[in-house]
Amino acid sequence: MPATDSAGLGRGRALAFVAPALVLIGIFLVFPALWSIYIGLTDYTLTGPSSVNPRIVGADNITGALSDPLFGNSLWLTLLFVFGSALIGQNILGFTLAWMLRGARRWLRRLVEGLVLLAWILPSTVVAYLWVAVLDRDGGTLNALLNTPGTAWLVQYPMISLIVFNLWRGTAFSMLLYSSALDVVPPSQLETARMVGAGRFSTLKDVVFPHIRGHVLTNTLLITLWTANDFTPFLLTAGGPDHRSETLPVFIYQQALGSGALGYASAISFLLLLVNLVIALVYLRLLRRRG
Amino acid sequence: MTSLVLRRIGYTVFFAVILAFFAIPMLWLASAPFDSKPGLGLRWPDWTFGNVTATLEHPYALTSLVNSLLLCGLAMIVTTVLAACAAYALSRVRIPGRDVLLYLLLLLSSVVTGTAAMVPIFVMMYQLGLINSQYGTALVIAGGMLPAAIFILKDFVDAVPRSYEESARVFGASPGQILLHVVLPIARPGIATIVVWSFVQAWGNFLLPFLLLRDINSQPAAVLMRTLYDEGGSANLTVIPVFSLLYSIPVVVLYLFVSKRYGFRFHGGIKS
Amino acid sequence: MARIKIDQLSTVYPNGVRAVDSLDLEIADGEFFALLGPSGCGKTTLLRTIAGLEQASGGSVSIGDKDVTSFEPGRRNVAMVFQDYALFPHMTVSENIAYPLKVRRQPKTRQREVAERTAGSLSLGGLLERRPGQLSGGQQQRVALARAVAIDADVLLLDEPLSNLDARLRLEARTFLKRLQKDIGITTVFVTHDQAEALALADRIAVMEAGRIRQLGSPRDVFRRPSDTFVANFIGSTPMNLLDGTIENGSLSVAGATLPSPVDLPDDTKVTVGIRPEYLSLEPAGQGITGTVSTIENLGVSSLVTLECPDGSLLGLTVREQHEPAIGSTVTAVPEQGRLLLYGKEDGTVLR
Repeated sequence: MPATDSAGLGRGRALAFVAPALVLIGIFLVFPALWSIYIGLTDYTLTGPSSVNPRIVGADNITGALSDPLFGNSLWLTLLFVFGSALIGQNILGFTLAWMLRGARRWLRRLVEGLVLLAWILPSTVVAYLWVAVLDRDGGTLNALLNTPGTAWLVQYPMISLIVFNLWRGTAFSMLLYSSALDVVPPSQLETARMVGAGRFSTLKDVVFPHIRGHVLTNTLLITLWTANDFTPFLLTAGGPDHRSETLPVFIYQQALGSGALGYASAISFLLLLVNLVIALVYLRLLRRRG
Repeated sequence: MTSLVLRRIGYTVFFAVILAFFAIPMLWLASAPFDSKPGLGLRWPDWTFGNVTATLEHPYALTSLVNSLLLCGLAMIVTTVLAACAAYALSRVRIPGRDVLLYLLLLLSSVVTGTAAMVPIFVMMYQLGLINSQYGTALVIAGGMLPAAIFILKDFVDAVPRSYEESARVFGASPGQILLHVVLPIARPGIATIVVWSFVQAWGNFLLPFLLLRDINSQPAAVLMRTLYDEGGSANLTVIPVFSLLYSIPVVVLYLFVSKRYGFRFHGGIKS
Repeated sequence: MARIKIDQLSTVYPNGVRAVDSLDLEIADGEFFALLGPSGCGKTTLLRTIAGLEQASGGSVSIGDKDVTSFEPGRRNVAMVFQDYALFPHMTVSENIAYPLKVRRQPKTRQREVAERTAGSLSLGGLLERRPGQLSGGQQQRVALARAVAIDADVLLLDEPLSNLDARLRLEARTFLKRLQKDIGITTVFVTHDQAEALALADRIAVMEAGRIRQLGSPRDVFRRPSDTFVANFIGSTPMNLLDGTIENGSLSVAGATLPSPVDLPDDTKVTVGIRPEYLSLEPAGQGITGTVSTIENLGVSSLVTLECPDGSLLGLTVREQHEPAIGSTVTAVPEQGRLLLYGKEDGTVLR
């Protein structure tokens, strides 16, 4: 039956209920997103003459970015970060944890889930510092454990450190999503696979995967989106040393507030918005097809 | 027989490694605050409460926590009230263009992230003279959380049978009475979830306050935390551990509260 | 208490579906009235339009002498029990029953008094402080009824009042409901998709399909003389036999047998012959339909026997226990006097 007005609210009052939220969203989300297009077409800067009188420079910022080695570098590092920590890392670790924890004893399950969730819910500045401490050159726990004194992980291996950090930070989402996905797999099918003597790998491939295919895609799209937009690397390395861990969000920040090139940074923000839009559209299409 | 033993060993090793990986960085948060000579490495603490006193005496530590409370409290109230009204109306009344609006909201909630919109937001607030305004920053944070909050709440309201309101209506209740007697009490778990969710989101938000609040007197704990350890080698190890702990506790407590009281509900992307 | 008069009523949904289509109906004061039909026939929409929860697109609804078509639900002085009972989970039984009085801003003591009295008369006395979640399905249903009768409404509306109960409880609740309605004497309209429920409870039944009333009458009328093949199919716990027949030489030829035609029709008219299994009996002699016994299904006190007739059509009839014929034997089923119905081949309406 089509939705009717069950509370007797009436259209007028309903619109009045929705309007304040829409106004706020309009001012702080829609307008900035659209405005970034305009700023991206100018040479607007934080200080200097162009801060007062920005000129329209058209597509110069975009063409400039394409020939800017630092932009290419940050694009490549972002891909590496997303691929390593989210697509491969969180996806596989999250699924493995969800799968292994199904049969685990209660206390073990609660302990592991609790720790993984804690890593996810703690504020980002705190977890960033926890890892700065673990990875520290002089007093860090990692060097003590591996007996590698004097290794400055964040300086010598910044991207690997960031990828491992993000694996630690973000696996909880994949774990939760996959464990609720695994509940969908009918136990009778798993038992049938056992009855016919299917191995672990073929059980996963033939029985489990067909049920959770949609979840895998959902999870992959969402964690890709979030990881690509993650600003936490800034808290660990601030993009350094020498731009070696400058992912796109950090690059935008450094261009905008470090160098004051607001127009240029805005053009790049717009590119990031476009990428987000593509991912989100694919995701929504997927949701719709499943719904 | 041997394969069973091997499997058992593999299982144990897997969980030992996982537990170590996830626990080791966090143990520091438990030991360092109470160690008389806190370092960056893990060690059994030489127990003391001196760090706590030192932290409370720090000129900005308490101020920043109060700032956080103010900022997040405001963002939370704005988000909850506006999202609750919008979600209720969108769930119950077929406003023209509703489906398109919902689709756009869903799109916005994931596309326009703080990172992607930081430049225009900064420029906008800069030109409006709202840099260092806690109210302005709270509104920006609320605006960013609203689409997702509306969605989560709409899910809750959609799950409440319409017959409750219809029943009240047949007995002559006015829209206001229906809201007060029926809808709000029944939607309480959903509202509690949004209260906690929006508070925790705002509490952990670093980027927006970092961009928009440049004056240390108005900065929340998230930003002060960064300031405390960003001073090269001179990081203040008496204050940082205790401060991290004080700053983290509300988040953990609120999560525990929600999962105990209402059960851990899985909302896709509840924490983005 | 009041009569309900529905005049040329239409309810059209925004998507263009005419859920109720130019419908006329009059329900007498104190009557227990059933709206019966398959899902999607518009019966619930009609009930909700009477309640005011759906806006009529045309026509009018009057309760008593008042035209209430444009009234808000709360001003119509009707009470309604929803299919899921809609008991507020955060209120106690007592608060739930007294809710209509709370809305009317009656004093707390009066609310309490009415709740206690109503609960007492519906055997809910010990449950006043419980919450709906702590009650059984049958108790919840009675709380919903209590809330509806706590105020002196003109009309009681029930949406599938028994469908959420399991089979055993349903019979008990049915008896209870019928007695309650007779005791209070309130004009009551209820919606159901269960024909047995409608037959058992109602003074009159409206069988609905596609937003219109197909037949209106007492349970006995509707059972004995379904006005068309749709109603014939819908009413009765064992489906009515509907066979192809032709008029030949003034007699009815059906399933290889020749029977006297109940209606005068010209020769060669094609008809659908309707006869309920309950109105057929096995007789050693007489004018009936002969067939071979193919299956026997035990229904408890009776059995449903299926005959295979010479032309291949199947005929069902019920026999008392211990009168079952042997499987494979050839028997003759004789229709009871005046219970054989003929329906037009084109429109399926009964021929008289």
